[in-house]
Amino acid sequence: MPQISQLVSTFGSQFFWLAITFGLVYLLIGRSMLPKIQSTVDARNKRIADDLDAARIAHKQADEIEDQYKARQAADRDEAQKVTAEAKVQATKASEKKVRDADKRIATKITKAEADIAAQTEAALSEIESVTAEATQNIVSKLTSAKVTKAKAVKAVKGALANV
Amino acid sequence: MAGEEGKIDPMHQFEIQPIFDGGFEIAGQTINFTNSALWMILTFITLWIFMLGGMKREIIPGRWQVMVESMSNFVTNMLTSNVGEAGRKYVPYVFSLFMFILFANILGMLPIGVIGLHPFTVTSHIAITGILAVLSFSIVLIVGFWKHGLHFFSLFVPHGTPLPMVPFIAVIEFISFMIRPFSLGLRLFVAMTAGHVLLKVLGGFVINSTNAGAGYGALVGIPSFMLMVGISALELLVAVIQAYVFALLTSLYINDAENLH
Repeated sequence: MPQISQLVSTFGSQFFWLAITFGLVYLLIGRSMLPKIQSTVDARNKRIADDLDAARIAHKQADEIEDQYKARQAADRDEAQKVTAEAKVQATKASEKKVRDADKRIATKITKAEADIAAQTEAALSEIESVTAEATQNIVSKLTSAKVTKAKAVKAVKGALANV
Repeated sequence: MAGEEGKIDPMHQFEIQPIFDGGFEIAGQTINFTNSALWMILTFITLWIFMLGGMKREIIPGRWQVMVESMSNFVTNMLTSNVGEAGRKYVPYVFSLFMFILFANILGMLPIGVIGLHPFTVTSHIAITGILAVLSFSIVLIVGFWKHGLHFFSLFVPHGTPLPMVPFIAVIEFISFMIRPFSLGLRLFVAMTAGHVLLKVLGGFVINSTNAGAGYGALVGIPSFMLMVGISALELLVAVIQAYVFALLTSLYINDAENLH
């Protein structure tokens, strides 16, 4: 086995070259190249973490804005509903008032018309009385040739009409 | 490859040979530029090229950058999940360890033997794995004593140990603690060596049986070759897993030093 049989004769040589090559590996690669690679990795990881944080913050902001928008929308809707309800109440009131006024106007018109009718009826009745009295005078004078005074005739007609 | 005529030595692949003549001496040891050194340097260069692909540092990464970053994230996560946030300062070391072992393991598996080159697995040598294990263990010791002082010895007495049991538990914990560098180093060395030996033995079956005749070749060589394909896939898995185990155990030991238990 050369590893053991040559151990003593080649140990110094192996040690020498290992010290040089492993020393170079340690100094040039482990001490100077590796930290740069690690820092690249760290920088990348940091950037990814930062980007993720920024994205998370932006997402939160977007959520907040959406909430605000929703709240405003809800408030606006409430306001609109209130305005609509008020307008409805007012419109109802106004229309009721109009109907009442119209009712009043119609009622006065009706009373006036009724009064007119009553007056006219009375006038017509008195006319009928006078005409009837006249007619009665004429009939009596024609039939009996007795003279009936107008006053008597009117009295008689009134008495007769009262029984109708 | 052939040691003697018709005989294939599966251990030959682990031999360390100087590529250039003439080394120099440091503290009584001859330093040669060997095949092992060559593959260590290749490991470094390959790893460096791999890492270079991750240096574009774009916010939206390409495929290569994703590969490099996922490796970096993998080791970082391993340390943060095992040690906690304090584990981040050990990432450079554990990452270097993991990637160096991983690339050395995989480069040693490359089938460049078919174009006449000899791949060499750096991590199949106990010297290399042992040094790395001792390095990890020393870091654990230094960090442990630096942070906790002598209180670090409380590591050997787990919480809730009944008082009469303390001496026995402490001895057992101490032994298991001291065994860590050996188990750490041996595990990787044995896993790499065993796999490569098995592949080489099966390769020897294919060659020797085919040399003995077409009938033997069909009877022994083809099944051996099928087995080699499967074992090569398994070895790739082992290469990754052993690198992972080495890094994972190192981070667990560092956790002991950082947080006691």
